[in-house]
Amino acid sequence: MATDEIQLKALMLASLDGDAASHRLLLDRLSSRLRAYYRGKLAGIGRVAAEAEDLVQEAVLAIHLKRDTYDTGEPLTPWVYAIARYKLVDHLRRTRASRADVPIEEADEVMAHDDHNAVESSYDIGRLMERLPKKMQCAVEAVKLDGLSTAEAAKRCGLSESGVKVNVHRGLRTLAALIAREAPT
Amino acid sequence: MKTDDLVALLSTNLEPVERSPVVRALCVALAAGTAVAFGIAFVALGVRSDLTTIRALIYLTAKLAFAIGIVGFAVVYLTRLARPGGERKSSPFLVVVPFLVVVFLAAISLGSAPRSHWDRMIVGDQWLECLLSIPIIAIVPFAVSIWAVRKGAPTNLVRTGAFAGLIAGGVSAMAYALHCTDDSLPFVAVWYGGTIVLCTLAGAALGPRLLRW
Repeated sequence: MATDEIQLKALMLASLDGDAASHRLLLDRLSSRLRAYYRGKLAGIGRVAAEAEDLVQEAVLAIHLKRDTYDTGEPLTPWVYAIARYKLVDHLRRTRASRADVPIEEADEVMAHDDHNAVESSYDIGRLMERLPKKMQCAVEAVKLDGLSTAEAAKRCGLSESGVKVNVHRGLRTLAALIAREAPT
Repeated sequence: MKTDDLVALLSTNLEPVERSPVVRALCVALAAGTAVAFGIAFVALGVRSDLTTIRALIYLTAKLAFAIGIVGFAVVYLTRLARPGGERKSSPFLVVVPFLVVVFLAAISLGSAPRSHWDRMIVGDQWLECLLSIPIIAIVPFAVSIWAVRKGAPTNLVRTGAFAGLIAGGVSAMAYALHCTDDSLPFVAVWYGGTIVLCTLAGAALGPRLLRW
């Protein structure tokens, strides 16, 4: 567990500096842990495990969008756990769970197990993207899906380079908000 | 959507992030909220006319110390609450210290005065104005505090809202103190303390709705 924390924190620090490979590896490893965590939690309160993938993706998005709130002087595990638990409670409230109590555990629990058996979530990225304003949609598509540089994306979308960055950021935030509003059944 | 696809999407063309923008946002919010609150108190209510006397200055300083004490503790705690899991890191009970001090001093001051003065010391001249002014002046500081905290990711929304309300109430009390000529400590304890608590409760009630992410 301790080596886990050290490795994941190193990945986090690198990804905060903009290292894409570290970020990808970090999110990948966190998502398998989140999957095990959510599947366990949902099974424990009698919910179907298929919802777990929705939650994994909500949490991964939140970790990505809120990564600037991570205090680099602190360990990573409690930060991830706080987000994971917040998203679980929020999800249960939204899906009108019978106010099932989510007990507070040790933060380590979220890192305790891996689960690599990913299924597809109920979110349809294409359909969600269509609901974004045109500029955001174009910027996210160009930069995040097609992997264009900021300059190329700026040309394609008719925006300035800083406009592209702003629209990518807002676009992802809006996607997260759309996902959070969509109550999967 | 597959989680792998989402991870790939999020990692493509990753940008480095600015560290702790929420702390800076809170400082900006506090400065802006204080400026607006003082502006409103200055324009709408006016500064107390006897401000140049030593006596008035002493009481103004005491009221400001009370309010600044609250705001100081609350801001430190709110910067923690704005991060995921921040509520588990430290206990918020230091913020009651300024309240306890004022209540204690008020009790001493009541104890040393004859009973027949008590009504007047507690109710003062302008209790209604105080009761209305502090929450109204607190609206803008509250709004900017919420704006700042939303840059973070609070995971205890009730408590975070409460602290945003507490800060707003404290800032508002600082501004209102410039105008208020009720100088007895029991008045400050009841009407300043009470309205600040009211702002805190309002913040706690609004927190979950305003801060969700």
